[in-house]
Amino acid sequence: MTSELDIFVGNTTLIDEDVYRLWLDGYSVTDAVALRVRSGILEQTGATAAVLQSDTMDHYRTFHMLERLLHAPPKLLHQLIFQIPPSRQALLIERYYAFDEAFVREVLGKKLSKGTKKDLDDISTKTGITLKSCRRQFDNFKRVFKVVEEMRGSLVDNIQQHFLLSDRLARDYAAIVFFANNRFETGKKKLQYLSFGDFAFCAELMIQNWTLGAVDSQMDDMDMDLDKEFLQDLKELKVLVADKDLLDLHKSLVCTALRGKLGVFSEMEANFKNLSRGLVNVAAKLTHNKDVRDLFVDLVEKFVEPCRSDHWPLSDVRFFLNQYSASVHSLDGFRHQTLWDRYMGTLRGCLLRLYHD
Amino acid sequence: MPGKLKVKIVAGRHLPVMDRASDLTDAFVEVKFGNTTFKTDVYLKSLNPQWNSEWFKFEVDDEDLQDEPLQITVLDHDTYSANDAIGKVYIDIDPLLYSEAATVISGWFPIYDTIHGIRGEINVVVKVDLFNDLNRFRQSSCGVKFFCTTSIPKCYRAVIIHGFVEELVVNEDPEYQWIDRIRTPRASNEARQRLISLMSGELQRKIGLKVLEMRGNAVVGYLQCFDLEGESGLVVRAIGTACTLDKLSSPAAFLPACNSPSKEMKEIPFNEDPNPNTHSSGPSTPLKNQTYSFSPSKSYSRQSSSSDTDLSLTPKTGMGSGSAGKEGGPFKALLRQQTQSALEQRGGSPHRFCRRREFPFFTLTAFPPGFLVHVGGVVSARSVKLLDRIHNPAFVGIMGNTRSYKLLDWNSFNSDEPETRDAWWAEIRQEIKSHAKALGCHAVVGYSESTSICEEVCILSASGTAAVLNPRFLQDGTVEGCLEQRLEENLPTRCGFCHIPYDELNMPFPAHLTYCYNCRKQKVPDVLFTTIDLPTDATVIGKGCLIQARLCRLKKKAQAEANATAISNLLPFMEYEVHTQLMNKLKLKGMNALFGLRIQITVGENMLMGLASATGVYLAALPTPGGIQIAGKTPNDGSYEQHISHMQKKINDTIAKNKELYEISPPEISEEIIGSPIPEPRQRSRLLRSQSESSDEVTELDLSHGKKDAFVLEIDDTDAMEDVHSLLTDVPPPSGFYSCNTEIMPGINNWTSEIQMFTSVRVIRLSSLNLTNQALNKNFNDLCENLLKSLYFKLRSMIPCCLCHVNFTVSLPEDELIQVTVTAVAITFDKNQALQTTKTHVEKSLQRASTDNEELLQFPLELCSDSLSSHPLPPAKEHLESASSNSGIPAAQRATSVDYSSFADRCSSWIELIKLKAQTIRRGSIKTTVTVEKASPVGDGNFRNRSAPPCANSTVGVVKMTPLSFIPGAKITKYLGIINMFFIRETTSLREEGGVSGFLHAFIAEVFAMVRAHVAALGGNAVVSYIMKQCVFMENPNKNQAQCLINVSGDAVVFVRESDLEVVSTQQPTANCQSSCTEGEVTT
Repeated sequence: MTSELDIFVGNTTLIDEDVYRLWLDGYSVTDAVALRVRSGILEQTGATAAVLQSDTMDHYRTFHMLERLLHAPPKLLHQLIFQIPPSRQALLIERYYAFDEAFVREVLGKKLSKGTKKDLDDISTKTGITLKSCRRQFDNFKRVFKVVEEMRGSLVDNIQQHFLLSDRLARDYAAIVFFANNRFETGKKKLQYLSFGDFAFCAELMIQNWTLGAVDSQMDDMDMDLDKEFLQDLKELKVLVADKDLLDLHKSLVCTALRGKLGVFSEMEANFKNLSRGLVNVAAKLTHNKDVRDLFVDLVEKFVEPCRSDHWPLSDVRFFLNQYSASVHSLDGFRHQTLWDRYMGTLRGCLLRLYHD
Repeated sequence: MPGKLKVKIVAGRHLPVMDRASDLTDAFVEVKFGNTTFKTDVYLKSLNPQWNSEWFKFEVDDEDLQDEPLQITVLDHDTYSANDAIGKVYIDIDPLLYSEAATVISGWFPIYDTIHGIRGEINVVVKVDLFNDLNRFRQSSCGVKFFCTTSIPKCYRAVIIHGFVEELVVNEDPEYQWIDRIRTPRASNEARQRLISLMSGELQRKIGLKVLEMRGNAVVGYLQCFDLEGESGLVVRAIGTACTLDKLSSPAAFLPACNSPSKEMKEIPFNEDPNPNTHSSGPSTPLKNQTYSFSPSKSYSRQSSSSDTDLSLTPKTGMGSGSAGKEGGPFKALLRQQTQSALEQRGGSPHRFCRRREFPFFTLTAFPPGFLVHVGGVVSARSVKLLDRIHNPAFVGIMGNTRSYKLLDWNSFNSDEPETRDAWWAEIRQEIKSHAKALGCHAVVGYSESTSICEEVCILSASGTAAVLNPRFLQDGTVEGCLEQRLEENLPTRCGFCHIPYDELNMPFPAHLTYCYNCRKQKVPDVLFTTIDLPTDATVIGKGCLIQARLCRLKKKAQAEANATAISNLLPFMEYEVHTQLMNKLKLKGMNALFGLRIQITVGENMLMGLASATGVYLAALPTPGGIQIAGKTPNDGSYEQHISHMQKKINDTIAKNKELYEISPPEISEEIIGSPIPEPRQRSRLLRSQSESSDEVTELDLSHGKKDAFVLEIDDTDAMEDVHSLLTDVPPPSGFYSCNTEIMPGINNWTSEIQMFTSVRVIRLSSLNLTNQALNKNFNDLCENLLKSLYFKLRSMIPCCLCHVNFTVSLPEDELIQVTVTAVAITFDKNQALQTTKTHVEKSLQRASTDNEELLQFPLELCSDSLSSHPLPPAKEHLESASSNSGIPAAQRATSVDYSSFADRCSSWIELIKLKAQTIRRGSIKTTVTVEKASPVGDGNFRNRSAPPCANSTVGVVKMTPLSFIPGAKITKYLGIINMFFIRETTSLREEGGVSGFLHAFIAEVFAMVRAHVAALGGNAVVSYIMKQCVFMENPNKNQAQCLINVSGDAVVFVRESDLEVVSTQQPTANCQSSCTEGEVTT
């Protein structure tokens, strides 16, 4: 006796959250059944393995049919085939678009292309996430990217509108899209200590301040691309380190203000020029795409690492950066105050976030 | 009444990409009704076209309005080649034809293609303007309401219940026409869908005409079925109960003039009937109430369809057999006279009580209070027929000519075809009628008909419950006055319906009668089987449960006559075994009555399957069932004896356990006083039954000894052993679950509003080698048990819950395949609530006040609450403990012996009786708000905390579906019309669609979606009395192909939650409020 066909269809589509998770995690039916058995469900319910198998198959089939709709979540809301309560729809979508920290760190800033997709095998091996799940996550990134790529207006809003994600998840996707678009390097060894959250935080700041949309939401371009003009202008900041007088003045202003307030004052004083040079040079270099990609590498190399090697506490870093940005306003010879604020305001936020072990 | 049909095509959405180059579609729409077609403009390059068409107007007569579906085809325009069809929508406009139902059909319909399934949706608005026309000779029956519900619909009152109506129409199946060889599968499927739609419309119209003739205004319990007879054609047949309904709270009632039945009622008092047992087969015939009218010698002589043609020829009056109305035109009157005289001559037997109406049958299963006086027991008849190809009508017309099928009716040379089928059914109905009469009953309630077809053999089955009805509700004495005296006696007591309707001295079968445990005055049988629902005023002890008997029998493959003979020979054995199994299982459960009994015999190439489902209960009015006694044939063998006693112990334990489980704890009554059986009726001198006599007997019998009826299973061979084992293998449902196949579960009355209707299908392949009956039985048993287990597992989040209206259907699509389809509804109930109703009610309203009411309205709670996984699961213990005390009476003490192998005796008690009394189960009106309130904060709360906005603006209204006639916790405010839909789905890429499971899963989901869409478009928010009447699945994995046909029906309704009702009722028309909310557009 073999079961040829075995289905269950409810007027309200049954969604088992646990099975959904297993499906999203890319387990085969057999593995999923084994995992469910291990969870002790048989003992709890008195069911048999065959029942579990049939149940799992059913759910998998349902999810498989739903997947097509999940690719365009508004369709899930308007479709008539599956009657699913709104709270469940939200759950389905949210979970489908959720991603693993380990995975996203691997692909963050990479081009979402076929080439990267081929690397998924390696990522799967490395992270222990099933290939199927990697594919889903990758395809989600790519799909969101494709949809919002050419769109105007707020990146987060666009994502939220077209994928019906929660605010939190939409922000994460905005970061992923932003990183993919600008191809920021995040995979270098010295960046490994950074979490996705750190990058997402930076991305949000950059989107808010450094893109075209940041200045003028009516602009044709959108949140995804950095404001080219702004990047060009950043070269003007070079004067802060190129002009010896200005640099000295800047240093003395900062040192005066921070004397006695900083635990690492002497280190700061000794390193000031290096740090300042580092930060300003990063700005000046951003005209080149290549250097834009290396932004985070540069920030870590030029600022985070030196400070860390001197054991600056975070509070001191904050004091320093605040003072460092503010003092520029007192430099009479420096004319690019707004530019500086736009640059440093964001950079300060990023650096503080990046500064940890 | 000609009318104007107006259609507007508004927009489409989610259309498939038809042009690969642009990834877009140039869609337009064809709107077709009858032979008229309109087209919209082509909407270029869009998957979401906005046609916003003008109103397309069709001027048609009402006959067409009833018969024809509106056909909407969405196509992709192609300049150079033929336009590609995207899909179709068929809209049945019948609901627009009666005034009280829907006034407009408007909404999104899934665009359906028989090859690709649902491909996007289309927004359509349909209206009908009817002109009044008093043409007396009209062929239409607009205005007659149809209900699938097998009880008087909730917002109506039955003024008169007229009785049985039936009709059938026959046509060639397009699938078997020659043209099918040259057309595409799609065209063939569409031709079939359309034909069946037309035939259903015609059938409904014809039945409507009959109802009008009877001066009724509605058909209740309308059951329409298809017989796919393959080469020999397609039969669409329907039965129902004609009624005159009066809308509750509507002032002016439709009262027909012909309401003076009182005279005839007295004509034939029951007692004057000298011989109630005139049924032709004498007491020696074992299977008195079943007939296998296939008689090998005669039946398949090609011309006459069955041996007893004299019976069935009479009613042919051009309207099909049967119920010609009383006050039809002069022409009809003449016909009726002829029919009557013919009836009277028939066979010389005085079927006097049925003179007026040929078949006093009622498809209802639940009745207005007082309607049901006595219940006799189940009556059934089966007949094996050969589908006769030769006498098929010659091929008429090609499909596509919309009218072709009608030629069959008009063309006299073809007309013998429906007549043949009519004759077959007439014969069976006649049989049923005489069985009922043998039980002293004048009517059959809970009546249904079914067929099983395999190749050219067809088993026709009919079954129902013989009953005595109260003539007050019947128009003209269908059931005549014979029961008047009894009425007086019995009406006050609530056990009346359990009392035997037949004369105890002339019992049609041996039964153990006792005095009613409730009133102690009338006799009741020991066990009662019925096909109806438990009467609401019956007193039940404990809870009920689903009881199934399952059986397979191998048969040799054979052709035509030989095959039919073989089947006919097997049938009685199957009936007998099914009955024995039911009886054993019932006793094992410690119960004494079955309701909703449905026995399905399915015929396959090489086997017969029997599946009986019913709901067992313990009726307080009937005696406590005896235990089951096992007896060995070889008493000398010590180890064998030990084995036997071991088995006996197991059985006794099971009975005790079941009593505990189902909370069966009948009040302790001294067996000495009441439990005594009446001394062998036949040995007593004849007594005229009367009130005084009866009471004398009671005192007399007080002294008699109390041995209870008995059941002895003799284990004399391995077969019997198997039987005993199989008895014990049925696993009770896990704790927190109950199941029944009736509308409501006896003993549970605190339903919440959380319901989940589902369909589950399983097909197993038998290993073909060396199949034995035992192996087959085991496979089948396992299949059913596993299916139930799966259901319990899947629905575990709803605990405590009850599966209601569990409906199993078995089919044998191929040699080694068994297919079981189950449809049921799971309803959560609140275990605690019954105990403290008043208290919680107050708390509840407080709670409710503080809950956001709008929120509740917009997110139907049924849906939100499945996230409520931690639903309290109160232990059932407390009830159980009290129940266990009196269950341990040794079975032996109760046993008198019934020989297991005495075929005749057991069989004849097949006509079983019932009796009940009453614990009030108020269906639907129970306080159900508690869980509602509990559920919403959790479900919604979660949701809100996370990310409320995106999903809140869903535009798809929730449509509930249920096989029940009511919705727990809600009030049905309006019936919008009958839903009767037929779909075919075919694939040539089975593997790509996920194999057979993927294919069928998707198809059933699509069918649900289409039903919901139609209901929503009518302005409804639920389907009640939903039933999947057919699910025919065929596969050919080698060719990567599969095909499936599904037929579903139900009543579209508008319901209002009781909790909302309180708020709303003070304001405005409730229906409007609710329907607007259903149609969607909920914005938050």
